[in-house]
Amino acid sequence: MSGARGGPQPGDGAMNAAMRPFPAAAGEALRDTRLRANLAGATHTIREKRNRVVAEVPDWPQLREAGRAIKVEVLAHLDTYLEAFEQAVTDAGGHVHWAPDAAAANQVVLDVARAHQVSEIVKVKSLTTDEIGLNDALAAGGVHAIETDLAELILQLDGDWSSHILVPAIHLNRTEIRDLFRATIADPSLGDDPRELAEASRRYLRERFLTARMAVSGANFGVADSGTVCVVESEGNGRMCTTLPPVLVTILGIEKLVPTFGDLEVFLQLLPRSSTGERMNPYTSLWTGVTPGDGPQEFHVVLLDGGRTRVLADQVGRQALHCIRCSACLNVCPVYSRTGGHAYGSIYPGPIGAILTPQLYGIEAAPTLPFASSLCGACYEVCPVMIDIPSVLLHLREKAVAAGAKPGERLAMKAVSWIFGGRRRFAAAARLGRLGQRPLVRRGRIVRLPAPLAAWTRTRDLRPLSSESFRDWWERRR
Amino acid sequence: MRVALFITCIGDAVTPEVGRATVAVLERLGHEVSFPAEQTCCGQMHINSGYRAEADRLGERFMEVFDGCEVIVSPSSSCVGTMRELHPALRGRLFELSELLVHKLGVTDVGASFPHSVVYHPTCHSLRVTNVGDAPLQLLRAVAGLELVELPDARECCGFGGTFAIKNADTSTAMVIDKCAAIVSTGASVVTAVDSSCLLQIGGRLSREGAEVRTMHLAEILAHAASG
Ligand code: SF4
Repeated sequence: MSGARGGPQPGDGAMNAAMRPFPAAAGEALRDTRLRANLAGATHTIREKRNRVVAEVPDWPQLREAGRAIKVEVLAHLDTYLEAFEQAVTDAGGHVHWAPDAAAANQVVLDVARAHQVSEIVKVKSLTTDEIGLNDALAAGGVHAIETDLAELILQLDGDWSSHILVPAIHLNRTEIRDLFRATIADPSLGDDPRELAEASRRYLRERFLTARMAVSGANFGVADSGTVCVVESEGNGRMCTTLPPVLVTILGIEKLVPTFGDLEVFLQLLPRSSTGERMNPYTSLWTGVTPGDGPQEFHVVLLDGGRTRVLADQVGRQALHCIRCSACLNVCPVYSRTGGHAYGSIYPGPIGAILTPQLYGIEAAPTLPFASSLCGACYEVCPVMIDIPSVLLHLREKAVAAGAKPGERLAMKAVSWIFGGRRRFAAAARLGRLGQRPLVRRGRIVRLPAPLAAWTRTRDLRPLSSESFRDWWERRR
Repeated sequence: MRVALFITCIGDAVTPEVGRATVAVLERLGHEVSFPAEQTCCGQMHINSGYRAEADRLGERFMEVFDGCEVIVSPSSSCVGTMRELHPALRGRLFELSELLVHKLGVTDVGASFPHSVVYHPTCHSLRVTNVGDAPLQLLRAVAGLELVELPDARECCGFGGTFAIKNADTSTAMVIDKCAAIVSTGASVVTAVDSSCLLQIGGRLSREGAEVRTMHLAEILAHAASG
């Protein structure tokens, strides 16, 4: 089962081989009309909800600025905050593990499972564990992982992978989900009413929660000065995972720290409004180490680097580590809302994926992602922690070109910049262009051009160069 | 006031009527327009395509060519926004046309008359980089005879994005198809904007679809005087 969870999973090294250039993957996704409809509906609904609840917060700009400032501070002194967090967790009876990469993180989980002779675990908040390919690693070690976020469960049953940070199954509609449940966890009389679907999953999952002896979770925040871990969710299954099984392992990206407990105040306002468009999320679980007689009696935190220190080293790009995974940028993105998440070839899709994936795994692994944007800036406008995604995209485009642009493109860009270097050259090039385009112009427009401009004329006409340039008119007029 | 015109590479070679209209509007309001002849391109295409060094050279060149010009105007919000971000010294000196008219000169009625129904597409850079706000709408509302029609999902990108339109042609096309559908659904006869580049994308698709709607830059509408 978990072997079928077949998306490109960077952590297990599958990403490089699996990742297709964005334009090709997007083209395929765009031809899937049902996907287009599911996406358009879902992203527009969430957008409107978000706009409504953000508009009612008068100090939203100040909150964003505060969120950004806290993240800047954490990243500037990450070493100090990480050590403080480790100390606090240890003092509270927890165990802290440092994982430089995915393999190390997966090994920690497997070792804990083996120490307790556990063959089945329950999981929640699985984004980071998807990043490291945990399910496959556990399966290889004989441990079966059960997803308990409803959407993650759906994907797991379907052998599919997430296409949205917050609504992982955004590309499926409820009829598709009903059919899937009928074939796996429910009987054939199941209807497609959302409540019925939720009930079917609930019956299946309750059983698992009550019998599981170990849970694995991701987390939204780690508090450096208290060692507290915070999980924000809607369904309550996270609460079950983090309280019922006696052993709990939490995987935390090293960038997810906040300095003090009080800092959560800022993010617990920013996050739900930006992500689900709710004033407050239904469940916020906070725990600090181990509490005797209450909740898990053995608690591990795995601090995951997995390329993050490399991102941190880049002064422009490091702001990608501010991300609180709210997914607002996905919902407003004109590219994402049409192509969906799979085209991005990574579990981090959309605008944030376009800047995070090439930084976490190297620009060579994802050279087309920084170009998967029209630079419209809608992402920056909504981002609750003010990540200037367009600027980081430009920065990464520069890196992609340096790492290996197509020779033809490089030559053309150099030639154009040379032409723009002098007005006589520019005027001469325009004259040459006017001559050259003559056979191509039909009734005042160009309908077919050779490659690479054919990519334009396949779907759009092009206005030809004007018969008299502005500067010629200006000269004539004087 | 003496105003130096930055025409932009596209404005010079492809859409000179926009520059002519810009000159007409400013002169009608009694301003003196100059055209520094050495100007070419701001380098935005190079910046957006990852060729930073080339873009920086073009940016420097721009600064030299316009050295000494106190007020610079351009009918392209995206070139203006990019240049102001790269050269903060241009803030308060370089303006997009509607900004110059409304925010700097305090004019909304430029004496234009245009008896047609018009939709305004707020381009992404004008909204989020250049921040022209509702200056173009204020100007359009003051045009005699003009019926301003609301564009559904107006803030959605048209899919131009410079080389994005070529490199990601399928996605770019999906975006412009939706934009054109929204425009056509209004029944307006003209779609206008403050960026010729976006209008090339929208106009190119409208033309391919055989739609009746015309694209016109804001400057062209403002240049339309009652006398013709
Ligand atoms: S980049 Fe910003 S908007 Fe996008 S998911 Fe992260 S925090 Fe949310």
